[in-house]
Amino acid sequence: MAEQSRTNQVEDLHLVNLTKRFGDMAAVDDLTITIPAGSFFALLGASGCGKTTTLRMVAGLEDPTSGSIRIGDKDVTRLRAFQRPVNTVFQSYALFPHLDIFENVAFGLRRRGVKDVKATVEQMLDLVELGSLARRKPTQLSGGQQQRVAVARALINKPDVLLLDEPLGALDLKLRRQMQIELKRIQTEVGTTFVHVTHDQEEAMTMADTIAVMNAGRIEQMGHPAEIYELPKTAFVANFLGQSNLIEGRVAGASDDLIDVTAYGVAFRVPKSRSSATGTAIIVGVRPEKMTVLDALDATKVPDGHNAIFGRVTDVSYTGVSTQYLVRAAWGQELIVFEQNMIVGDRCEVGDDVIVHWAPSHTFGLDGDENINAGVDAAVLALDATAGQ
Amino acid sequence: MAPVLPSTVVAPAPTAGQRRSRTGYVLLFPGMTWLAVFFAIPFVTLFLTSLQTPVPGKSGRYRFGLEFGNYATALAEYWPAFLRSFIYAGIATALALLISYPLAYFIAFRSGRWRGLMLVLVIAPSFASFLLRTYAWKTILADESPITTFLNSLHVLPDGRILNTSIAVIAGLTYNFLPFMVLPLYAALEKIDPRLIEAANDLYASPATSFRKVTWPLSMPGVVAGTLLTFIPAAGDYINAELLGSTKDRMVGNAIQTNFIEFRDYPTASALSFVLMAAILVLVFTYIRRAGTEELF
Repeated sequence: MAEQSRTNQVEDLHLVNLTKRFGDMAAVDDLTITIPAGSFFALLGASGCGKTTTLRMVAGLEDPTSGSIRIGDKDVTRLRAFQRPVNTVFQSYALFPHLDIFENVAFGLRRRGVKDVKATVEQMLDLVELGSLARRKPTQLSGGQQQRVAVARALINKPDVLLLDEPLGALDLKLRRQMQIELKRIQTEVGTTFVHVTHDQEEAMTMADTIAVMNAGRIEQMGHPAEIYELPKTAFVANFLGQSNLIEGRVAGASDDLIDVTAYGVAFRVPKSRSSATGTAIIVGVRPEKMTVLDALDATKVPDGHNAIFGRVTDVSYTGVSTQYLVRAAWGQELIVFEQNMIVGDRCEVGDDVIVHWAPSHTFGLDGDENINAGVDAAVLALDATAGQ
Repeated sequence: MAPVLPSTVVAPAPTAGQRRSRTGYVLLFPGMTWLAVFFAIPFVTLFLTSLQTPVPGKSGRYRFGLEFGNYATALAEYWPAFLRSFIYAGIATALALLISYPLAYFIAFRSGRWRGLMLVLVIAPSFASFLLRTYAWKTILADESPITTFLNSLHVLPDGRILNTSIAVIAGLTYNFLPFMVLPLYAALEKIDPRLIEAANDLYASPATSFRKVTWPLSMPGVVAGTLLTFIPAAGDYINAELLGSTKDRMVGNAIQTNFIEFRDYPTASALSFVLMAAILVLVFTYIRRAGTEELF
């Protein structure tokens, strides 16, 4: 692919105390983040968390109530959308239906008075592999093709920042996977800063090098995908990004680098370095794939020092790569366990008494004030409530 | 495989496809009948009438003929009325577009919960009869009316009056056909996804450029429909010229009306009707070609 020679250096995007209020409701609440130049940054959150509002403020389509937006040293807060060096890939693509693909892609260049657009547009269409469809109208294209036109139409302007608003939301699963890889490839090739808004945690983790998990207008946690997945700092992050088992307990004591916790009469150990609890109330957390299920009779096989819970299997679903167990602990809480299908033969069955164990190094501790259901899909909670009756 | 059927002939049940096409004809029937009775037959009758010749000695009686000369005489006498019709209708259409576009734009994008009410207000005048409304304009534009007095105090009226001038006729036409311009424009504008305008802004188009490059082209179907729905009836109208204009403002509609009702010269009236229809068809086709909106429909 030809060089995307840039005259201006890519620069960091700074959001400083950015706030947007709609009436009494703060859609975005005092947001301060720096998005490094050239990074693939994902704003992840459920609908209504303020991620799209944030994006629209960066694009200039929404005025912030207070705070500022800077690109490098340049304050763009008061610039109108058409004056900003920022382009957007809209959720619905928003391709101009009266213009063909070529003219859609050329739109931004023409508005800036570029005379000879042909070569640039053709090169951009080649980048998204749509060169042969230049003279088609948007309605004659498939969803995936329209999506690529939307990316090309924005990228051709060599923006300082490319904003993507749920760009893959309208595509089916298979195409979405393919486009995730495609977008990542394009980003690596052009080196522009991508800010990607999504509610799909898997999409955020696959594509982004930094994820900011947003909830109720604020950033809950920000970092490399593996970092926030392995060590969530809040219950919301633990539940929204993947799944977690969260058990409410109290600090019973501490050794050099481990905290001793008692929950429902069971002792657990949490590394001090992996706990964000401040008081004596603590939530013990573990990811489902870090746990192992053993027949209760094999309790002696649990390695020394592991955290362990006795329980009864209430559900087994075989998903191919793994088996998903629901295990009800003595105090009634249902734990979810993913076990890789490494062994051929007997798996535990519904009704079996089992022991579930995991290493303390895979355990994380959250502040006891947190709600252990934060970030869980409301529909899932409702389902659990009916199942428990 | 299907078992071999006995050789007795059984009428086959209609297939889904056959049933569907039969349903199509049934649905078409009322419309086609309506067209035949109220359009095709009168159309042929009108054409035959336009070629009739007078029965000698009996005024107002005509018989079958192929008198194409009727067209030449009609045109020779009434070409100024034709010209006036198209000029008045053209100006009225342009004025209606200028007034309606901002109004329709406002209703489509900015009216919020008042949208329904505003649309009703646009149509509301049509609840009163066309004739009555035009009579009302006679009063509004009368010589001693506040409007005329005010405009005269500014010395902007060439004749010192509005009623019985071409200004009154054009004003009447503009007013009477305005809803036919507003509604199609509204329908076209309302369909435009506001995100397209956001996308244009995002792609360095100022609000004015966004309008020129996105909103206006996307509203073209409404502009074309609105101008046709205004221009066609305005060009054939005679009530506005009759009530608001002087004898110098007579349009082709008035000529047809007088020939039919007063002179009982049916061939001339029919010939004028036919020429009017043909002229409008030619104009409309040229216009649609020029506007280049076939693919937008």
